[in-house]
Amino acid sequence: MNEKSVTQLRQGELATVVVLHGGCGFQRRLRSVGIKEGKTVRIVARHPFAGPLVVEVDGKQITIGRGMAQRITVVQEQ
Amino acid sequence: MKTILLMGDPNVGKSVLFSRLTGVDVIASNYPGTTVDYSKGRITQRGETLEIVDAPGTYSLEPTNKAEEVAVSLLDKADVIVNVIDATSLERCLLLTVELLEKRKPVIVALNMWDEAQHLGIMINVRELESLLQVPLVPTVAITGEGVKELVQRLDEARISERPKLEGEEQTWTEVGHIVRKVQTVAHRHHTVMDRLADATVKPGTGLLAAAVILSALLSLVRVVGEGLIRYGVEPLFDFYRVPVTALSEWLGPGFLHDVLVGTLVGGQVDYVQSMGILTTGLFVPFGMVLPYIIAFYLALGLLEDTGYLPRLATVMDNVFHRLGMHGHGIIPVLLGLGCNVPGVLSARTMETRKQRFIASTLVSVTVPCMAQTAMIFGVLGHYGARFILLVYGTLAAVFVLLGLLLNRTTRGECPELFLDIPPYRRPSLLAITKKTWMRVRWFLSEAVPFLFRVCADLSGSFRDAPSERGQEGGNDLEL
Repeated sequence: MNEKSVTQLRQGELATVVVLHGGCGFQRRLRSVGIKEGKTVRIVARHPFAGPLVVEVDGKQITIGRGMAQRITVVQEQ
Repeated sequence: MKTILLMGDPNVGKSVLFSRLTGVDVIASNYPGTTVDYSKGRITQRGETLEIVDAPGTYSLEPTNKAEEVAVSLLDKADVIVNVIDATSLERCLLLTVELLEKRKPVIVALNMWDEAQHLGIMINVRELESLLQVPLVPTVAITGEGVKELVQRLDEARISERPKLEGEEQTWTEVGHIVRKVQTVAHRHHTVMDRLADATVKPGTGLLAAAVILSALLSLVRVVGEGLIRYGVEPLFDFYRVPVTALSEWLGPGFLHDVLVGTLVGGQVDYVQSMGILTTGLFVPFGMVLPYIIAFYLALGLLEDTGYLPRLATVMDNVFHRLGMHGHGIIPVLLGLGCNVPGVLSARTMETRKQRFIASTLVSVTVPCMAQTAMIFGVLGHYGARFILLVYGTLAAVFVLLGLLLNRTTRGECPELFLDIPPYRRPSLLAITKKTWMRVRWFLSEAVPFLFRVCADLSGSFRDAPSERGQEGGNDLEL
């Protein structure tokens, strides 16, 4: 099992969320849009210059700033 | 009178449902955060008058921005809550549902976008979900009105759920997970060509290209529609109107009343742009020059809003807007501000911090020309060539960027990152866009036009002493 931040994935790759590093508010915010432990995320877009990431969970897309995304740890699916 | 509050996540269709229920028109679009304040309407059901309140969307009862604060603060006054949830994202909507049920107020759930869920292969067992939540649940399609009648009929069945109270957030999430697994089955779905195209509009390279193409296409649309309305609608009307107004001018003869109503004659004739009378320039500027472009702009904005493109544009523009002290969502106040600054500034409410709201509102009010100003800029500079128009817009854009950079450095406070839900693309309804355009145009007519009359009256009064001087200026304009 190879844990990494969701920001280290390339466009189009899939991974499973394992940990959300952050306070209550942070975890709640991510979970309330579907980014929860155990969910599969797909990287739709990865913007350069530390720009935002667009991830897809349960068929819905969400734009997340790079700093927040860095705190999402995933394991990559084979 | 009982108060019924519509609550739910952002962009689940509360405003559309509100309009359906009450007949009160409110602006609804396909992006989260369209509603930033509440609206009220009334319905009569079985002889009883009920007040319906449309709240801004919120993901949970712990608000993260001003619009969400409004929603949560409305909760206390509500007698019944209609929790609107999106059938295509049941899991995330149920968090708020469970939180609302624990408020111990009568709740009824509207399972909206029912058609879209079925289309996506999402099956939800309505009876099972109803019995798990222990409150009535009605599948609805607010856009078409399906299920809305049943929702109204069952409003008085709304009841306080007797579910045991959950201990803490972890348990709430686990419970939501349980419910979803019990009631929902999702058919596997392959990515289609349309999905790939949709994805391309949020990717870095292709996204910028798409933004350039879409925005310039819309700009052309505004020009074509605006010019078309002027050429085939406004100009013939005002040519026709010249007859009575000239007759009036002759009948009045020179004097104060003539100056106020008709204004100064240019070369012995009424000049709609320069005469400055209430019945000449006072009518021509708002109706002949501004209104056609306002209509054109709001049609284009409606398209942009209802397709669901705006959050994608916000994503692509995020890098730029971050350097100006906002985040990508700042594009929405700017775009709305191009129509009218007031809704532009109001939409800054969906930004999280004071700093962002301050910068967004300042930049919009200082540097973003509203459609009336744009029409004037084109009207005044049009004869001199595109060069000068570009100069004006270039200056405004430069001030926008410089002021943004400066305010970002000097304003204290945080600049949180973009966190934005991207709705699916939807085919916009022409009827809905026409209706929305009419609502916005009506607002312009009732708020801005009386003001322009007043300005004309004041101007004709103050310029009365120097008509010859102004006549000369007019002459110069024509030569250039």
